[in-house]
Amino acid sequence: MTVDTQTIVSVAAYAGGGLAMGLGAIGAAIGEGYTAARANLAVSRSPENSGEIFKNMLVGQAVAESASIFALVIAILLLFLDVPQPTLLKAAALFAAGISMGLGAIGSGVGSGYPGGEACFGISRQPAAASQLTTNMLIGSAVCQTPAIFSMVVALILMFLNLGNSAVNPTWAAYLGAGISMGLAAIGSGYGGGLAAGASCAGIARQPKTAANVTTTMLVGQAVSQTPSIFGLLISFILMFKTFPATGSISAAMALLAAGICMGFGGIGPGIGNGMAAEGAVRWVARNVESAGDLMRIMLVGQAVSQSTAIYAMVVSLVLIFVL
Amino acid sequence: MAIEGVDIVKAAAFIGAGISMGLGAIGPGVGEGMVAAKACEAIGKNPKEAGLLTRTMLVGQAVSESTGIYSLVIALLLLFVV
Repeated sequence: MTVDTQTIVSVAAYAGGGLAMGLGAIGAAIGEGYTAARANLAVSRSPENSGEIFKNMLVGQAVAESASIFALVIAILLLFLDVPQPTLLKAAALFAAGISMGLGAIGSGVGSGYPGGEACFGISRQPAAASQLTTNMLIGSAVCQTPAIFSMVVALILMFLNLGNSAVNPTWAAYLGAGISMGLAAIGSGYGGGLAAGASCAGIARQPKTAANVTTTMLVGQAVSQTPSIFGLLISFILMFKTFPATGSISAAMALLAAGICMGFGGIGPGIGNGMAAEGAVRWVARNVESAGDLMRIMLVGQAVSQSTAIYAMVVSLVLIFVL
Repeated sequence: MAIEGVDIVKAAAFIGAGISMGLGAIGPGVGEGMVAAKACEAIGKNPKEAGLLTRTMLVGQAVSESTGIYSLVIALLLLFVV
């Protein structure tokens, strides 16, 4: 049986499209389920505010949905993309685009469910602060979407990159590595950003006076939580845009694939950990606003230490790309 | 394309190094984040002891970091020594 290149490209695009949508559906569904669960609790607590809670639930779920909508867009593009010059390299790039988007949507989807849920529950505690809670929820969950947007950008670049005369080996591994690096590294940052945003909605519901301090701490914490996904983006940009000399060796290809795997997995833990640190700081700024400065300081120190393993992973990835 | 034994061994070492550092970074990242979250809680409850709590947090995180450093050492050994 002989398989022509066009068939291989189609197989890669369809498999990538399936992975993009299948993996991409996990996060948003869990996140929206959490929002709805908290909204139910909130309605049972104060049925007289059910209209406001219901409205807030739908707005929060709509934002959480966006990660899976990105995945849907990429999946549809992959299914119906017209490839004028099918090559094996194009097949690798299309498959990697699906992996990047599918994995990248998980964290943001789960994460943006937390602010939605806590804002709904908060409205039942403090109906007067409803508009403040909705605003804070929207800011927090919008920041949670950043890693999913990075993944979509990488997926689109992989799909429409001009491959030129790049050597098939080892460039195929560089593209796969780029997709894995961005997709996995986005999981932790998306989830961690959601933890911080959820705690800030809960905090504003507890003490609406502290809203300004709580939102500031949330944004700083979320920004630091995004760093591992930015490392992932950096490594995948290097892998996509660096020109690799043609080689017959399998180890040159595996070094590039390993660079992507290393940075991808390495970004998950620090992203979640930074989010936990930010969650703790935001929760206690709301309860003890006089210590906001101390809390911000210890949050940043703790996050910096938690970041260190992501930096080790980035160093090993850079060594794999540039030294070996 | 002829693939030699040495090439396969090197390829496996690279993949192993990537997996070692990648997976090894997850645990310390999450663990140190938990430490920082609880340190924030402790300072929120008792702001007077901020200095002592910062020190305790850093020592705890340093211990939690050690497994990440083991992963880094193994990754570098796989890349440069083996």
